[in-house]
Amino acid sequence: MTDPGFVAPRSRFSRPQGDRTRSWGGNRATRLVPPLLVAVGVLALWELTITVFQIQEFLLPKPSTIVSTLFAELGVILRAAAFTLRSVLGGLLLGAGAGFLVALTTSRFSYVTEASVPLAAAINSTPIVALAPIANQWFGITDPLSKIFVVAVIVFFPVMINVTKGLISVEPSQLELLRSYAASPRQVVFKARLPNALPYLFNGLKVAASLSVIAAVVAEYFGGPREALGVYISQQAALFHFAEAWAAIVVASAIGLALFGFVTLAERLVMLVMPWQVAFREGE
Amino acid sequence: MIVVDIRSVDKTFNAGRTGEVTALTGIDLAIEPGEFVTLLGPSGCGKSTLLRLIGDLAAPTSGTVAVNGKPPGRARRDRDYGMVFQAPTLFDWRTVIRNVVLPLELAGRSRSEAQAKALEMLELVGLREFAGHHPWQLSGGMQQRVAIARALTFEPALLLMDEPLGALDEMTREKLQGELLRIWSETGTTVVFVTHSISEAVFLSNRVVVMSARPGRIVGIVPVELPYPRDINTREAPAYFAKVTEVRELLRGSEVASR
Repeated sequence: MTDPGFVAPRSRFSRPQGDRTRSWGGNRATRLVPPLLVAVGVLALWELTITVFQIQEFLLPKPSTIVSTLFAELGVILRAAAFTLRSVLGGLLLGAGAGFLVALTTSRFSYVTEASVPLAAAINSTPIVALAPIANQWFGITDPLSKIFVVAVIVFFPVMINVTKGLISVEPSQLELLRSYAASPRQVVFKARLPNALPYLFNGLKVAASLSVIAAVVAEYFGGPREALGVYISQQAALFHFAEAWAAIVVASAIGLALFGFVTLAERLVMLVMPWQVAFREGE
Repeated sequence: MIVVDIRSVDKTFNAGRTGEVTALTGIDLAIEPGEFVTLLGPSGCGKSTLLRLIGDLAAPTSGTVAVNGKPPGRARRDRDYGMVFQAPTLFDWRTVIRNVVLPLELAGRSRSEAQAKALEMLELVGLREFAGHHPWQLSGGMQQRVAIARALTFEPALLLMDEPLGALDEMTREKLQGELLRIWSETGTTVVFVTHSISEAVFLSNRVVVMSARPGRIVGIVPVELPYPRDINTREAPAYFAKVTEVRELLRGSEVASR
């Protein structure tokens, strides 16, 4: 892929009654076992290494210490997480919504698309999070809008690029078919372009979900209200309270994973209603 | 009344620019109601382009095309024809029935009416029990039958088929040729069928329009008087072989002439 942030949709949805579906070994539950075993192994090794080599806890706390600190500080960390989550969700909604609408508008004019997609791809590969100090100046350091803005800008590009690709990559023969049935431009969008763009939208949203948490936390490193995950992490680290910092990092990761899981779940649900599968065509 | 009336049509791509290609030149063709006419020729002879001119997917550079006495654009908006392409061109996310319903849905027909009509057409192509399946769960031949059912939902006066069986294996192909003739006789629709298979053209058509390449033109129109219904016995009849030979020699003669 030459475009950063663009992930080609895969047709990995398979229905049990399908003729050409294959199971990739085992059901979902048994497929979860190997990664879980690896995770448990890594944590155990981490714990063991620190105990055996007597590594100073302020350099790298034990997983058990991080967990116990997390529960000790749960109230403060969760309040901070709730604040950060609001910025993440607000930014996601704004950025993804704007990305979707811009894609929908520009894809109607091929010359605009040809100009805007490479530009968007270029901007997408720059460190947009560096905007954070400027956003703080614009909206005020403690105003949630300064974080929402950074998240929205970062989320905008992968969503816009992916949705545009999905809208314009409709098979020419499908467009000709719709033309032969005298479909209106509006019908072409609703019957062919939007359904075709849905898997691309979800791929964009998956990229956006991971980026949004990174964007919010890093933006908060540049300053924000005391009750924000990024501010909490940087302050605790500055005070050598590494167990607290790690506990907050664990929560930030959990938010990212949860958002990614939520998008995946939404995709599955939509696929139950509209199962895409790249058509199997003989002789092609 | 003549269903398709083509008069001294030329089609040039990239006219006046580099890469200018004369796809068709001096085409005259009239197709009567209820006829099964095949456009036959080697690749590059413009047979698909000619079909696209009839279907208003392209416009002639000069000359006129009339469908049911109207310009093709008018006929298209009046939904006078159904189209079947080489690829089934089904929408993967729609079930078979919802694919067949699509043309009626686009025309704003009521759901129940569209549903009933689509089931009737699926019955006609023998796929009624697959209404709830998705296209990717069907074989290539079944997918193409769905495409044919979809093209028939309007009971179009004109069915335009661009190598619809070209991607299928020989056995499926012969079976679908038989089915197509049955559907044609049951619906009485006019069919314009593009192929590069001589035997397919002779087996199916009332008339074979033989075309040649560079530039695309009609070198002869061969009437096929073999009686309908045609079946496996037709394929083994001496009269059938004689026709195949006649068409083949016409094609070869045009090739020699253009060298």
